[in-house]
Amino acid sequence: MKEITCKLLVIGAGPGGSVCAIRAGQLGVDTVIVEMAKPGGTCLNIGCIPSKALIHAADDFHRTVAMAAGRNAMGIRAESPAIDLARTMAWKDGITGRLTMGVSGLLKKAGVKIVVGRAAFRDGKTVAVETETGEQVIRAENIVIATGSAPVELPALPFGGKVISSTGALSLTEVPQRLAVVGAGYIGLELGIAFAKLGSKVTIVEALDRILPLYDAQLTQPVAKRLSALGVEVLLGTRVKGLSATGEALLAETADGEEKRIAADKVLVTVGRRPVTEGWGREELELDMDGRFLKIDEQCRTSMRGIHAIGDVTGEPMLAHRAMAQGEMVAEIVSGKRRSWDKRAIPAVCFTDPEIVSVGLSPEEARAAGREVKIGQFPFTANGRAMTLSSEEGFVRVVARADNHLVLGIQAVGAGVSELSAAFSLAVEMGARLEDIAGTIHAHPTQSEGFAEAAMKALGHALHV
Amino acid sequence: MPEKIIKLPDVGEGVAEAELVEWHVNVGDLVREDMVLAAVMTGKATVEIPSPVEGEVTFRHGEIGDVIATGTVILKIRTAGEGGDGEVEPEIDLPAPKPEAPPVDAERKFEPAAEKPKPAPETVAAKPPAAAMSKGSGAPRAEGEKPLATPAVRLRAREAGVDLRQVPGTGPAGRITHEDLDAFLSRESGGAVAAGLQPNKSMQEVKVVGLRRRIAEKMALSKSRIPHITYVEEVDMTALEELRARLNGSQKPGKPKLTILPFLMRAMVKAIAEQPGINAHFDDEAGVIREYGGVHIGIAAQTPAGLVVPVVRHAEARDIFDCAREVARLSEAAKNGTALREELSGSTITISSLGAMGGIVSTPVINHPEVAIVGVNKLAIRPHWDGTQFVPRKMMNLSSSFDHRVIDGWDAATFVQRLKALMETPALIFVEE
Repeated sequence: MKEITCKLLVIGAGPGGSVCAIRAGQLGVDTVIVEMAKPGGTCLNIGCIPSKALIHAADDFHRTVAMAAGRNAMGIRAESPAIDLARTMAWKDGITGRLTMGVSGLLKKAGVKIVVGRAAFRDGKTVAVETETGEQVIRAENIVIATGSAPVELPALPFGGKVISSTGALSLTEVPQRLAVVGAGYIGLELGIAFAKLGSKVTIVEALDRILPLYDAQLTQPVAKRLSALGVEVLLGTRVKGLSATGEALLAETADGEEKRIAADKVLVTVGRRPVTEGWGREELELDMDGRFLKIDEQCRTSMRGIHAIGDVTGEPMLAHRAMAQGEMVAEIVSGKRRSWDKRAIPAVCFTDPEIVSVGLSPEEARAAGREVKIGQFPFTANGRAMTLSSEEGFVRVVARADNHLVLGIQAVGAGVSELSAAFSLAVEMGARLEDIAGTIHAHPTQSEGFAEAAMKALGHALHV
Repeated sequence: MPEKIIKLPDVGEGVAEAELVEWHVNVGDLVREDMVLAAVMTGKATVEIPSPVEGEVTFRHGEIGDVIATGTVILKIRTAGEGGDGEVEPEIDLPAPKPEAPPVDAERKFEPAAEKPKPAPETVAAKPPAAAMSKGSGAPRAEGEKPLATPAVRLRAREAGVDLRQVPGTGPAGRITHEDLDAFLSRESGGAVAAGLQPNKSMQEVKVVGLRRRIAEKMALSKSRIPHITYVEEVDMTALEELRARLNGSQKPGKPKLTILPFLMRAMVKAIAEQPGINAHFDDEAGVIREYGGVHIGIAAQTPAGLVVPVVRHAEARDIFDCAREVARLSEAAKNGTALREELSGSTITISSLGAMGGIVSTPVINHPEVAIVGVNKLAIRPHWDGTQFVPRKMMNLSSSFDHRVIDGWDAATFVQRLKALMETPALIFVEE
């Protein structure tokens, strides 16, 4: 097969890689992207998007069930609701299908050449791709490694059979009666809550003594409360040992040595994700590592000239929007523009019930950085819109410097607060002070009023609490 | 007793490490606040690290020449117990999520909170007068403090190559505004202070297309492929000018007005008859010189769109009036843009003449793949020593370039000397030998 020569080669068409290629194409850079599966990567195919579809379906179903049971203050009654999970999955696949097609379309529109197959480095400028029709050699001036991440497997619970990863959970066609979830990070909780709402008896096993260890206890408390309301059993400080001999149950041991037997039809293991640093010829290169990740600098350059890396393979937080921003930046650098990573914050959202959003520093982090801080917190119980949505759980919290009121971080927990992340991120990125937020008119009645009120509270003059 | 931990600060834009070049203290030394402790060098500059506190050095890490990562603890200084904050500040050792946790933050803990520099005023910060702003060769903000700016300002700064840490911010919370960046940029360029004279920062991109691109390619090709030798000689044009004046004076209807060019062209035809190697193309890829019998003389002409070279074909078969007529016709056609493609190609040698703008010397660029070009400089009356006295003579220089790969200096000189002889005694041009 004839060799391809290009200015930019991107390995991996996930959110980071495809944004990088699209932007490069727009800038007139001769670009090739290699993907071994479907464009869109984990995010579109087996991650962010399909999980949100399932969460939405589970929400709707759960609400309808509550109506049928007469537990509805609004007076809505429904009769014997049912869910056909196979159809739910088909609906979800329709969404991911449209999105992956969309990505392919955008790549083509930007003039990017797509090569389907598994890529492996031969040297720092050459990559061989195993395609269906044979080996395709690509030589590139610049190469971007965007190979992403994969679910971590537990040695005691290898994937297969009833032990599934998030990918498996997102393609179940029947609701498991009993679902054990190993790991109470955001992926385990998002899916665990969804299946609880779909009717599974869910047990969550977590080795640490708290759920969602990346967020502070104040933020996770409403989620813990909701878990218990949904009948989800949460075993903290408990380590899994493996499946029982018959495969009938998950065996675990609590902190004080007590043996636990958790009967389960499916065991969902969500103990984190690992960067994909093998399987693409890293051994042919001299890339410095940063722990288990590829080491990069503020321009996403690796230790080898002409090789960049973006996304999950380069470190935490493993989030699609970080990868996209990196990809865009690298494309612009390759096209000759001056760019460097200078973001103040990367928002993080947890689509649990209720949702959690965090931008910038938490109070503890700000204090640990030696700051004197002012904190303002506004509960949704005092917010009219939250009441009309019958979801008064949660709050907005603003963290600012005590001396000049510069906003360092904003967090919220509550129904639908993921959409507030836009306002939060903009405030931090623009360098807003508490006065800027308090002085901005926030539409009434919306949950966003809680943001302005939290800022006012930090300034000592909240109106509605 | 509190101990102050000094880490290698972030000393330059995106610099992850720096080379330790000087130690100014040893373990056991007593240091005062602001005393220089060490110096480190990045690719760009040497940066001194001052002591934030007074105390005794209890720990020193790193030797001269070591490359040390930013954030590495390099010194510990025991300070006189001020109480209150007796802990060893382990918290600043934690890998802070943002690089906003430099050693200076810790320093601040020793100051009473009231002394903190700037609780920014609530009101809209009035822009300080330019004089006040330009004092700042010093750091515009506390050391280690990240500059605060919106993404748009950051992008502009990045593209202008400005390190925002050097830019004072006048916005709320010390935010760097677009105006701050403007002020910094105009100050950086030096001027600005002189009243009325503003630096013009504009830059216009002009796409090189069409004729301009062809000229660019042709010139680059010629200059990169051909080793030019340029030879300048003066020619006494007095006799030729007399003849030309007479011919033009007795001009018959239908006869064109004669310039110097047709005389030069006829002289070249004569000289080339003796040196056919001058009227040639050198195909360097094939390794062949093609000497042409026909003398097709390109006349470099300026047009509104740029330089074009219309070609007088078969000058050897044209008399002087015919040459003059053809030059006039072609340059008119070139100026109007009506010259045919054939009329703009196929020359075997070229004349470059700027007339009154011809200067005294030029270094003409050979019209590739030709091997010679004759440049005509301006004609002027100059004193000439005739052996007994200075006499005014009409003098003109010829600046001619040759492809030195195939034309030796001797041959080039011979050719130009022949032209000189012919033009100084113009009758020779017309005598059949």
